[in-house]
Parts: sequence; C-alpha cells; structure tokens
Amino acid sequence: MTDTSLPLPADARRHSATFPPEIIGQIQRTAVEGHYEIRGGGAKRSVPGFDDLVFLTASVSRYPLEGYRERCDTRTVLGARNGAAPIELDIPITIAGMSFGALSRNAKEALGLAATMAGTSTTTGDGGMIPEEREASKTLVYQLLPSRYGFNPRDLLKADAVEIVVGQGAKPGGGGILLGQKVSEQVAEMRTLPAGIDQRSASRHPDWTGPDDLRIKIAELREATNWEKPIYVKIGATRVENDVKLCVAAGADVVVLDGLQGGTAATQDVFIEHAGIPTMPAVRLAAGALRDIGMQDEVQLIVSGGIRTGADVAKAIALGADAVSIGTAALIAMGCNSRTYTLDGEVHDATEDYARLGTAPGYCHHMHTGSCPMGITTQDPDLERRLDPEVAARKVANYVLAMTMEVTALARACGKSDVHNLEPEDLVALTVEAAAMARVPLAGTSWIPGRET
Amino acid sequence: MVTLSCAELTTTEINRRLRELPRGSTVTITEPRGRHNLAVGLFPQIDITVDGNAGYFIGGLCDGPDVSVNGFVGWSVGENLMSGTVRVHGSASECAGASAHGGEIYIEGDASSRAGISLKGGTLVVAGGVGHMTGFMAQAGVIVVGGDTQEALGDSLYEAVIYVGGRVGSLGSDARIEDLGDEDVLLLKELVERSGFDHIEPENMTRVASARELYNFRASMSQAY
Repeated sequence: MTDTSLPLPADARRHSATFPPEIIGQIQRTAVEGHYEIRGGGAKRSVPGFDDLVFLTASVSRYPLEGYRERCDTRTVLGARNGAAPIELDIPITIAGMSFGALSRNAKEALGLAATMAGTSTTTGDGGMIPEEREASKTLVYQLLPSRYGFNPRDLLKADAVEIVVGQGAKPGGGGILLGQKVSEQVAEMRTLPAGIDQRSASRHPDWTGPDDLRIKIAELREATNWEKPIYVKIGATRVENDVKLCVAAGADVVVLDGLQGGTAATQDVFIEHAGIPTMPAVRLAAGALRDIGMQDEVQLIVSGGIRTGADVAKAIALGADAVSIGTAALIAMGCNSRTYTLDGEVHDATEDYARLGTAPGYCHHMHTGSCPMGITTQDPDLERRLDPEVAARKVANYVLAMTMEVTALARACGKSDVHNLEPEDLVALTVEAAAMARVPLAGTSWIPGRET
Repeated sequence: MVTLSCAELTTTEINRRLRELPRGSTVTITEPRGRHNLAVGLFPQIDITVDGNAGYFIGGLCDGPDVSVNGFVGWSVGENLMSGTVRVHGSASECAGASAHGGEIYIEGDASSRAGISLKGGTLVVAGGVGHMTGFMAQAGVIVVGGDTQEALGDSLYEAVIYVGGRVGSLGSDARIEDLGDEDVLLLKELVERSGFDHIEPENMTRVASARELYNFRASMSQAY
C-alpha cells in the first residue's frame, strides 16, 4: 500500500549527464541554423593538466636557494642547431602567433611592445607582417602558414626567426577560419581575397607534402635567408612522438608544440573540443622523443596551449620544455573578457556589448564575430579604439614578468639556479591520470602507472 | 657571363654567389642534375640559366630575376614568386607556381597536378596539359593551359581565372565555365606573345572562373554565428 503521507519533492528536475541544458541548446541551435558551431577560444572541457601536478620543493634532503637573493637564470636560447643567429630571450615565455585580421592592429602592436618590454619574442600570424608589429617587436618570429596569405620573401629577411606552421592545438589537421565580418577591405587586400568572404584557410601547405618534402622546404628557407635565421616548426599535439622526430629529421631548429587547450580566433567547435591531446602529456611525449634520438640539447621545445600561470610554465619546463608560448592568456592580460574598458580617460561598462553577442564577461569566446567589446579581436575601428596599445602592452609585460617571477620562485625552492634545471623528478601527480601522462609518481606513492617497478 | 657549376659548388655557395651579382648580370648554372633549391629568395634583376634539370622550388621566393631552365623541374617551381619570370623548357612536376604573388611562369611542356595552387596574383602559362586540381584555391592571377586538363580543374577557386585550350577533364567544386570576353582575348594575345606559345588560339579558349557559391557559409538562418 502506498504511503500517501510522504510529500512529493518540490522540484522534480533531474539533471541529465547525457543531455544537459548546454547539449540541448547546441542540438537545437544546429537544428535551426543547419550548420556546425564556429567559435573562438580553446577547449572548455576539463582535461588532465598542469594543475594535477605539484612540486616537491626542498626541505632537509635538499636545500633551496634564497628567494630574491641567490641568482636564478631565466635566459633562454633557441635555434642555434644549424649555425643561425640564435634567438636569445631574457625569459622562457614567448608570445604565440596570432594574425592581424584575427586581432586588431592595436592588439598586434601591443603584443610587440609587450614582448620587447619583457625581453621576449612575438610572432606574426596568417596574413603577414604588419609594419607596426615589426617596429614594436625587438624579436619577431615570421610564420609560414599553409595559406601563405601576405607571405613576402622581403619580410622573411626582416624576421628574426621563421616558424613553419603545420598545425595548431585548437585545430590540428584543420585550417583557420576568418568570418566575413572580419575580412575588412584592408584584411582582404593583405590576404589577396575578396572583402567580406568567409575565409577558410588551407590545412595543407601548397608546395610540399610530408616529412621528406618538409626537409627540402626547410632547406629552401635556409637558402633564402642565407642560413642566418633559426627555423621553428609548429605542430598541433596529436601523434606527438612521431611528429616531433620527423620535424627534427627534417631539420627543425625548434619544435613548437601546441596542445588541445590552445586557442584560435575561429574554428569548428568540434575541432576545438575533440581533436588533439592535452598540453601536459604532449610535453612529456615530445621531450621523450627528443631524448630518444639524442637531440634534447640540440633542438629546443616550445610548448603552448592553456598556459596561465608561472606554475604552468615551471611544470612545462620541468617536463622538458625549453620555453612556453602564450596566446589566449596574453589577450586576457590586455583585457579580453573584462567587464570594462577605458576610452578617452573614462571607464565604460561593456556588459551590454557582451550581452548583444549572447555572452557575458568571463565567458566570451566570440572572437569569431569580430565584435570584441574590448577592441582586441576586431577590425571595427570604433571598437579597436577601446584598446590603447601602450596601456595594453604594459599589462601584458607585467603579467609575463610576474609569471617569470613565479617560475623562479618555484625553481629556487627546488634548489635550481636556472629555471631550465627543473626536471620531472621535481614533480608528483595528484591523480592517477596525471601520473600516467606526466610519467611522475602519484603523490605519496612511488607508482608511475604504466612503468615497471 | 658567369658560370657556376653544381659539380663544384654547394647549393648554398651558388645561391650566395647569385645574391651578390650586380643588376643586369648573366649567369649559367651548369650540371644541376635535379638539384633542389637553386636560385631561391633572390631579389637582384639578373638573368639565370640553369643548364639541365632542376629539383624542388627552383626560382621560389624570388622578387626580381629572370630564371630559365633548360630541362625539367621538380615540385613547386617558382613558389611564392613575387616578380620576374621563370621559364621551363621542359615539363614541371606538381604545384608549379604554388602561391605565386606576382611574376610570370612559363612551362613549355606539361605541368603535373595542382599547378597554380593558391595562386595570389602571378601568371602561369603551360604550353601543354596539366594534372588534376590545377588552380586549387587560386586566389588571384591567371592560369593558361594550352592542352588538356585532368579532373577537378579550379576546385575552390577564388578570383583567379583559368583559360584552357584543350579538353577540361572535369570542373572542381565551385568552378564554372564562363563566356570568353574581348578582354580575355586581349589578355591571352598578350600572353601568347610573351610566352611564344603560338599554338594557343586566344579566341578558342575555355574560360573557367569561380561560381562564388562557396564564398560564404550557407546556413538555414542568416549568416550570423
């Protein structure tokens, strides 16, 4: 007999793990629009990452260096393998390639100025080198992308290093997208395209295919630059071990490895969330691949994809990176996802502007719309005015230098006089997954999953 | 006249010597034997003759010189050319003139697949036939094919225009055949004269250009994302 005296629950809603509200929204949006979702930003899902690792800093068994007093070097040298003039940086954090087109002119200039202030390099992007960027940047890396938009051999000679982009973490195996609203007359002219088209960049290089060709392509770039400029190869993290070894065999001086969390200005959401492996295991695989072929001291590894803090940087270095690269975090430092912007000395609230894009400060991934309320990822002159390049540059430089201090704080506490001396033995993992991926012991145990004990 | 022998000099030595030659110099590269990366990234206006077969990227990344090859060439002849000319007296392998922003590339024989891929303003004239996907994603500039083409001609074309004297194997996505206009004929006459490919009949060419249906994503609703 049913006991009717028990009250029914007031709220009968039951959350579905398979069909939560955001999935329902996604299905219904595509059902109406008839098209996959295109957005900016990086993977939003939770993946094993650097937060799952902690440092075993010094105590009795090891002794630390004195913070603020004893020297801890951060100088980073990249690309000397083939006799080119190496890239010498004061810090192990560089600014990743982001295009003029995806970013406003003010944002590109700000990144160049910031990199120069912080003693590091910045990188061009799809669409070529703009004069403001070259002028602002002491050390500028020139990307050679599949699209070759605006690629000019004379700009190649103005660069300090060349980066052949094979793929990126947000969309390994896919090309970039720049939606029509950002393909302004000027952007279109730089890319030799009609203004207003939904520009879809190539995913393969037009003039070579595969590792044997890449070797010849690298040689061509060396000839064209008289062997004076280091050549980087950038890949998205998928089959990391094989890809890194093939890059090295093809002659790369530096391998740039971009993990799953890496951002983009616009691509298919299905790529952003479902292609590639997270940055943390990618670093370990790449460093292991370099060691396998005895090239860990010859070829440098730059790692990117979701780097946010000095702790992330220190852990990436400990797992085998020589430097890290930041993209999204640099944009956030200059104001991306802020509630307010300052124009003509007055602070303005941008909440309404975000709302018009269907989002809010702190959640925005609408770089693809070209309507960035902060003036960063836009080609709209009125919006672009919201970003003062000098102020933005100072913020990015502050952020990068503060991260560097965090790295040295951790390195000193581990007893290292150079941040590059951090090593996997300085780390333990908080989860079984992270222990397996980083190949460091699960905290409190000597267990590295997958390794014979 | 300067002579540089591939039997005696490395590719780097040859390219360095070429870079240092004064404007107006005439130079012959002998015994190339399929050497890759000859005459790349050069800006001086000099005349270079390669006396034999060349490998990948011959004349690539150049902005000035006139390069002539008495033989066959490998992949991506004249890739990213900015100005000047590359003339091949034999046939070309794949991706001839890839992403050339300017200048002129003349192939007296045939060209393999993806000739003129990503072309960005350059001119590619092939006396013979071309392989599949010629003009793939070509953005601007002109491709002239004296002979037949293989399948998927002009796939994903932007504003570049392709003229074909022979049979079109098949058209690629978003490519269509358009009427030949007076301006097309004028342009073709000029290119026939410059190339010396007299068998090409400007009035009897097929014009292939973009249908422009892939320029914007098509969604059921507005173009808002």
